[in-house]
Amino acid sequence: MPRTISEKILSTKSGAPARAGAIVVCNVDLVIGTDASAPMAIDYFEQMGGSRVFDPSKIFFALDHYAPPANDATRALHDRVRVFAQKYGIAVDDVGEGISHQIAVERGRVRPGDLVIGADSHTVTCGALNLFATGVGSSDLAAAMITGQIWLRVPESIRVTLVGWRPRGLTAKDVALALVGEIGAEGASYQTLEFEGPALPQFTLEERLVLTSLAVEMGAKAAIFPADEVTDAYLRGRAEKPGAPVEADADAVYAREVTMTLGELSPRIAMPHAPDHVFTIEEALGVPIQMVFIGTCTGGRVSDVHEVINVLNRWGSRIAKGVQLVVTPACAEVRAKLEADGPLAKLAAMGAVVTTPGCGACCGTSGVIPSDGMNVMSTANRNFKARMGNATASIYLASPAACAAAAATGRITDPR
Amino acid sequence: MTLALEGRVRKFGDHVNTDYVITSTRKRDTLDVSVLKQYLFEVVDPKFAASVQPGDLIVAGRNFGCGSAMEIAASVILAAGIRAVLAESFSRTFFRNAINNGLLPVQCDTKAMREGQSLSVTLSETAVVVKNLTAGPTVTGPALPGIMQSILAAGGLVPYLRANGGFSAASSQGGT
Repeated sequence: MPRTISEKILSTKSGAPARAGAIVVCNVDLVIGTDASAPMAIDYFEQMGGSRVFDPSKIFFALDHYAPPANDATRALHDRVRVFAQKYGIAVDDVGEGISHQIAVERGRVRPGDLVIGADSHTVTCGALNLFATGVGSSDLAAAMITGQIWLRVPESIRVTLVGWRPRGLTAKDVALALVGEIGAEGASYQTLEFEGPALPQFTLEERLVLTSLAVEMGAKAAIFPADEVTDAYLRGRAEKPGAPVEADADAVYAREVTMTLGELSPRIAMPHAPDHVFTIEEALGVPIQMVFIGTCTGGRVSDVHEVINVLNRWGSRIAKGVQLVVTPACAEVRAKLEADGPLAKLAAMGAVVTTPGCGACCGTSGVIPSDGMNVMSTANRNFKARMGNATASIYLASPAACAAAAATGRITDPR
Repeated sequence: MTLALEGRVRKFGDHVNTDYVITSTRKRDTLDVSVLKQYLFEVVDPKFAASVQPGDLIVAGRNFGCGSAMEIAASVILAAGIRAVLAESFSRTFFRNAINNGLLPVQCDTKAMREGQSLSVTLSETAVVVKNLTAGPTVTGPALPGIMQSILAAGGLVPYLRANGGFSAASSQGGT
């Protein structure tokens, strides 16, 4: 029987024929917790009678949501995580190291063919490296730390085929938002997005991470790219051991086929207050913007900040009066590269606020909270009401280029 | 297993994400559910927390619990005395978190259910039956997969793991 990538990985990890719809118990290759999920997982772990972890080298915690901790409650959560991790020999990526799944990818902790679970919904992002990664809650995290296993319903897959050539100015975020608009907020629920097509080589690994990150805003359980030269080049010098690349069989059965023709796409924007409330940027031109946020696991990487600088340079290398520009590198490596190459200094000189690597202002847990009634333009993945900590703010999601154009002009502007 | 509940409908719309159940900002200040329950659903219904009564049932539209996988969304609902959430569909992370904490997620047609009506919910191994005791049609939902029934019957993932020590292939394959 022909199989999808998801069916192949879950078959290998469960030792059973994992057909879509079946429930299988799988061995996990990596278990990820954050300061937002690990403290509750530690409670569950203790209630479950946990006295050891299955393999401390296959677990890590990242202190990314409260980075740095701004109150005593979050300071105490960090201490709790550090003490637990030390007791069981688990690695902690402390404040400033960055977003958990970004660290996993950046530091070669995940490889093609792996099964990764993380108590952070955007763990799906890791699938850009040809692996099955999915988000869970704290109790599943605790159970996986004890048993090294998780039960999973084997998902059906949606094949997303990318064809054609990218027009000038079409960013990965535009493609991702167009896909969210096409599939909808629950159009991929319980399913995997498996990317395919002749246009894939046009997307760098960083750009693929944008597409997999936004998959969860369609309800997807996982999002997976094939392994190719782009994957190999990224992993070289990062992963210690080679992975086991997985490709779908030619006649694998898909729940749905979606084709994205790049030549027909253009800059997109998700209007308040839902990530699937997607329009072309032309439909939002002129909306005044008071805060611009460049960061998160969707838009806080090196190429994103370069995109911002390039656009700002075209507008005189300055930020419009009345606009607050906040930049949060996704992880320490991103910050180091941007410091070495100069963009962070340039942005700071323009008046941008550069904050500690991590989740930043995305969910109102660290960093800047918008003021009452503010319109925020953001490279993030969610624009729910109150998401950034103020229910009266309105959040628009777009590419780093479109966010930069808004920062330069003070209103929603076509970056091309 | 069988489980029977009765309660009053508290109606919500589509795409109620977990930040609407309890905001990440509140969760930053405390993980104590007895405190957080005063802010339950504050973004979408600021009067909800003051009016919720133990035994109330959350009744929503499509894609309940989308967004963040934060498990506190399920545990704060339970802390308010709510034992089931009925919706047209659920996000997978909320569905798992609910089961793992002993909160019953019921997938069924909720369109005819109105705020304040009384419902009875009966879960068996083969189906979920929801009767509208006030006025309205009786609807049914699909049975839970075997492993979810086992976890729910145990009272959640904590007692399930304490009893079983791990995930058994038998409970994952079977329908009991």
